[in-house]
Amino acid sequence: MPTSDPMALSAVDLVKTYRAGRGAAPVRALDGLTIGVAAGSVFALLGPNGAGKSTTVKILTTLSRPDSGRATVVGLDVLRDPDAVRHAIGLVSQKASSDPMATGRENLVLAGRIQDMSRGSARARAQELLTLFGLDDVAERLARTYSGGMARKLDVAIGLMHRPQVLFLDEPTAGLDPQARAELWAEIARLSGIEGMTVLVTTHYLEEADQLADRLAIVDHGRIVVDGTPEALKSELRGDTVNVELRSAAAAAAATGRLARLGGLNDVVSDGASLRARAENGARAVPVLLAALEDAGIAVASVTVARPSLDDVYLRYAGRSFEVAA
Amino acid sequence: MSAITQAPAASAGTQAIGSWRLGQHSAYLTARALRTLWRQPAYAAATLVQPVIWLLLFGQLFRSVVHIPGFSLGSGSYLEFITPGVIVMTALFSSTWAGTVYVEDMNRGVMDRLLASPVRRGAMMAGTLAYQAITTVLQTLVVFGLAFATGTRFPGGAAGVGVTLLAAVLIAVILASLSNALALLLRQQEALIGISQFIVLPLVFLSSAIMDTGLSPSWVQHVARYNPVDWAVVASRQALIAGAQWGAVWPRLGLLVALAATMAWLATRAFGSYQRSL
Repeated sequence: MPTSDPMALSAVDLVKTYRAGRGAAPVRALDGLTIGVAAGSVFALLGPNGAGKSTTVKILTTLSRPDSGRATVVGLDVLRDPDAVRHAIGLVSQKASSDPMATGRENLVLAGRIQDMSRGSARARAQELLTLFGLDDVAERLARTYSGGMARKLDVAIGLMHRPQVLFLDEPTAGLDPQARAELWAEIARLSGIEGMTVLVTTHYLEEADQLADRLAIVDHGRIVVDGTPEALKSELRGDTVNVELRSAAAAAAATGRLARLGGLNDVVSDGASLRARAENGARAVPVLLAALEDAGIAVASVTVARPSLDDVYLRYAGRSFEVAA
Repeated sequence: MSAITQAPAASAGTQAIGSWRLGQHSAYLTARALRTLWRQPAYAAATLVQPVIWLLLFGQLFRSVVHIPGFSLGSGSYLEFITPGVIVMTALFSSTWAGTVYVEDMNRGVMDRLLASPVRRGAMMAGTLAYQAITTVLQTLVVFGLAFATGTRFPGGAAGVGVTLLAAVLIAVILASLSNALALLLRQQEALIGISQFIVLPLVFLSSAIMDTGLSPSWVQHVARYNPVDWAVVASRQALIAGAQWGAVWPRLGLLVALAATMAWLATRAFGSYQRSL
């Protein structure tokens, strides 16, 4: 085995259960989760709340211990060498992680000092990051006065102070308005390029994973259901998505049976009162599909055709629509 | 599978560097807490005014207890009797709130960020305890200043004041450790406040802080013997009177030091329990 592991992060067969309380069965948050993240890449863990994304981050950042399995960060074992791991990583947790009673600049300098940066280099790096994130004007204001977008940028800057080799972003844009979200995505994309860092981002926004990640993995019930580049995952689903809205779940079930036997349609799945199928050519499939449903006496509310999206990837591998799961 | 290089056994040198870093990190976190206090002038003022109110209120309210036959006052006034009591009580009341800072840090992502950084758990604990010690010293000096201004004199002099400062700081460390440990175990502001309130008043009333336990039922006297608040009050009082009773001072200070060290160690261990809940 080579000494320089090309994998910046690796997790093998992680299992973690939580006691759910008196008498209740323990909750299995991770059920044999395995991932590998190449150095210098942006990797997204995508999944609904409770899928195990945050638990994975907590184990990789030494906050939590797995029941079993093994995890390394830049080749360092998180259980055997947590101190070295803590020097190598930056964590931007789900919740705001700045001190509200300190200014932006003070927050950054303290974060640098506890990573053993000298006073001079902590100050210089703080200034660099304040400028980079456009926080110069608010640098001397208390963090509690920051808007949601500014506070989140400060959180990311805090995580970057000591130039970590791996940056963990746990739901970085949850709760931000669309504009602040887009701005933060742009910053993250730029930074991961410049600083050559490895970034692990967890998200339940498909769009976020699609925009930011070099590779992504879909997490469901504590396991990875599929991973790959966003393009590869989308192109695996050849053809278009045909989405049919029906009057009821019963109608959708009946229609599913009917359409599954129809040529030209693949992967027919119903999800509540709607139904999805894949077609090599959506435009050509629609008239055939409508005719078949009319023959069967099933009323159709609407039909749409779309190019494949990550949502389709999610539906295909997790067996249910992302919106329903999230 | 390649063997993971084990870190060499800590030599004296790396140990020295380790404790230097522990001290430095503690200092950063203490400075952070003091800065927060400084930026909340109303809260800072309340912190300093509170002991003044205790001293004047109790000093007036219970002034006549000294006339109860058998009240052992020595030579001085009730204010002289109650000053060490109020000092220890103030240290007790302030330090039971220490854990609320941890709960706030947990509710934000600050606690997780610190735990995922190279900061030692010991430094996180020492930072809050040093902050409590500093505020306790300031509060104690305010009480002494006020007592002096109202004409109370302490024959024990500088040595007596020194012992009182030490005893108050030790009580603050003991209670702040307890509060921090509860914060890490319960992770809820309401539970923390409820339990703290439940502990504080019995500790005061089962001690000689405001009342000579010689006049209390004998079971109270028994309980007080095991009450750290009483150790601190008695040690301070015996060091402040004319002809200080050092034989009564040292053993109690020793017990306080041992308890403070144990509590701080146990509270640091509670980080493990918090992390298991993550």
